[in-house]
Amino acid sequence: MSELRELYQELVLDHGKHPRNFHGMEDADRQSVGYNPLCGDKLTLYLKLEGDTVKDVSFQGAGCAISTASASLLTETLKGRTRAEVDQVIREFIHMLTEGSPDDDVEHLGKLVVFQGVREFPVRVKCATLAWRTLEAALHGQDEPVTTE
Amino acid sequence: MQADQPTMDHGVETTPLDIARIRREFPILRRKVHGKPLVYLDNAATTQRPHDVVEGIARYSFRDNANVHRGVHELSQTATAHYEGVREKVRDFVGAEKTEEIVYVRGTTEAINLVAASYGGRHLNEGDEVLVTQLEHHSNIVPWQLICESRGAKLVAAPINDDGEVILDEFERLIGPKTKIVAFSHISNALGTINPVERMTEIAKSRGAVVLVDGAQATAHTKVDVRKIGCDFYTVSAHKMYGPMGIGALYGRKELLDAMPPYQGGGDMIRMVSFEKTLYSSVPHKFEAGTPNVEGVVGLGSAIDFITSLGLDRMAEHEHDLLAYATEVIGGRPEVRIVGTAREKASILSFLIDGVHPHDIGTILDGEGIAIRAGHHCAQPVMDRFGVPATIRASFAVYNTREEVDALARGLDKVMEIFG
Ligand SMILES: Cc1ncc(COP(=O)(O)O)c(C=O)c1O
Repeated sequence: MSELRELYQELVLDHGKHPRNFHGMEDADRQSVGYNPLCGDKLTLYLKLEGDTVKDVSFQGAGCAISTASASLLTETLKGRTRAEVDQVIREFIHMLTEGSPDDDVEHLGKLVVFQGVREFPVRVKCATLAWRTLEAALHGQDEPVTTE
Repeated sequence: MQADQPTMDHGVETTPLDIARIRREFPILRRKVHGKPLVYLDNAATTQRPHDVVEGIARYSFRDNANVHRGVHELSQTATAHYEGVREKVRDFVGAEKTEEIVYVRGTTEAINLVAASYGGRHLNEGDEVLVTQLEHHSNIVPWQLICESRGAKLVAAPINDDGEVILDEFERLIGPKTKIVAFSHISNALGTINPVERMTEIAKSRGAVVLVDGAQATAHTKVDVRKIGCDFYTVSAHKMYGPMGIGALYGRKELLDAMPPYQGGGDMIRMVSFEKTLYSSVPHKFEAGTPNVEGVVGLGSAIDFITSLGLDRMAEHEHDLLAYATEVIGGRPEVRIVGTAREKASILSFLIDGVHPHDIGTILDGEGIAIRAGHHCAQPVMDRFGVPATIRASFAVYNTREEVDALARGLDKVMEIFG
């Protein structure tokens, strides 16, 4: 049960239930669709760029608490960051969930640290990373929908 | 186990099953998951295997293993006897007339692909139609899509109502002169709906279509009689009826199988080969190219023995009791909405909890040692029909108990504790 509490922390439950920046974006510069065939989760991520900076970011779709909260916190984290910074966060976030160890210093990831416990649930890692892989595709202009398979 | 059982008189058993005794036949049911006793409620995905099935395979491997149909030596003959003996057992189990009407395949998926490629490949022409239903598993959709695409034919799906039942009027209306093949499941894996297969077959056949019934979910829950159903093809997956994975059977009417081209080429399916011309074996061997999964076949035979010894009537009775109890205990909770409320249902309970995604529920239940399926159950059109991305599915087998339903209910309490 304690691992479960670690997975479903208040912040995750809150963002899962009340996702922020949860809407479409008519004037988006980039958009990308991510899909998790295992659970049927599907989300669309919208990006507005101004020069090298993320001006606005939002998402829409249906997913589990983990994937929804992850997408929601992603949108909160990225506004105003440069593309290089965004790439850095994507890398570090995915590293934390896949290869990282509990002793890693992840302070600089801020609120995103709340997802560290997902690592203990390997089948759920894809839920937490779905939005991030979709963001990667949006930024780097892949047209194919992203899937976690 | 059989010694203490009342004698069998072809399924007309009245004494209820001794479930505690049956459970002892399944060692996996004694294991723990995350420190909790396993509560296995994912039987529609695959069932567990009893001692006799596993030991039968081991005995075959340790004593009798050899390639079939090739040797004059003793072992090869014994292996062949096992292999062909089980074919006769399968014939009896599904009520086919002739043993040659049973073709071994990897499972339902391969059976449908075989029929789609071989029968469909020969008989579907530009503008023809194949009719399936909205209830189907992807394996009864995609093989038809593939062959329709290559033959210029069209795949049509008959709709289901809000209870998850095929709308028979619509089904009938959609079978026209161009409909060459009609394929539907006996029991839906996503919702548990038992289709009126005899009626559906009669409708389709009266309009000249060939009928395939996907029996993957049916053989462990209801007595199958392909002649009573009247279908042309029927599919079996051993792993959904207490047998091993990677083996199953296709029943096909002999006249149809005889006229169909081979599905795969290779050894064992030929009579004579030269570079100019090859003569094929007769059915069923024409469809069994290459060294087959003999130990799988042995396991399938033991699985049929297991089912026959318990009696499908008594198994169904117990499973219906579990379904009724679960529908009351789980379905009666205010936060739960059952998806799939057909009048005729097998022991599958698909449901949703308001505001909590099935995947999250699956993880929390797993923490309690409860194995259920959370997802689209390889039936995305069903999910689309109900406007949901996924459901939670508890599916019961003969070894499940009311106590396990109670454990599921307690697991849902935990879900509400976290998400409520
Ligand atoms: C209704 C139905 N049809 C077909 C299949 C596919 O069977 P298999 O995976 O054994 O080939 C399944 C199970 O996965 C099923 O439940």
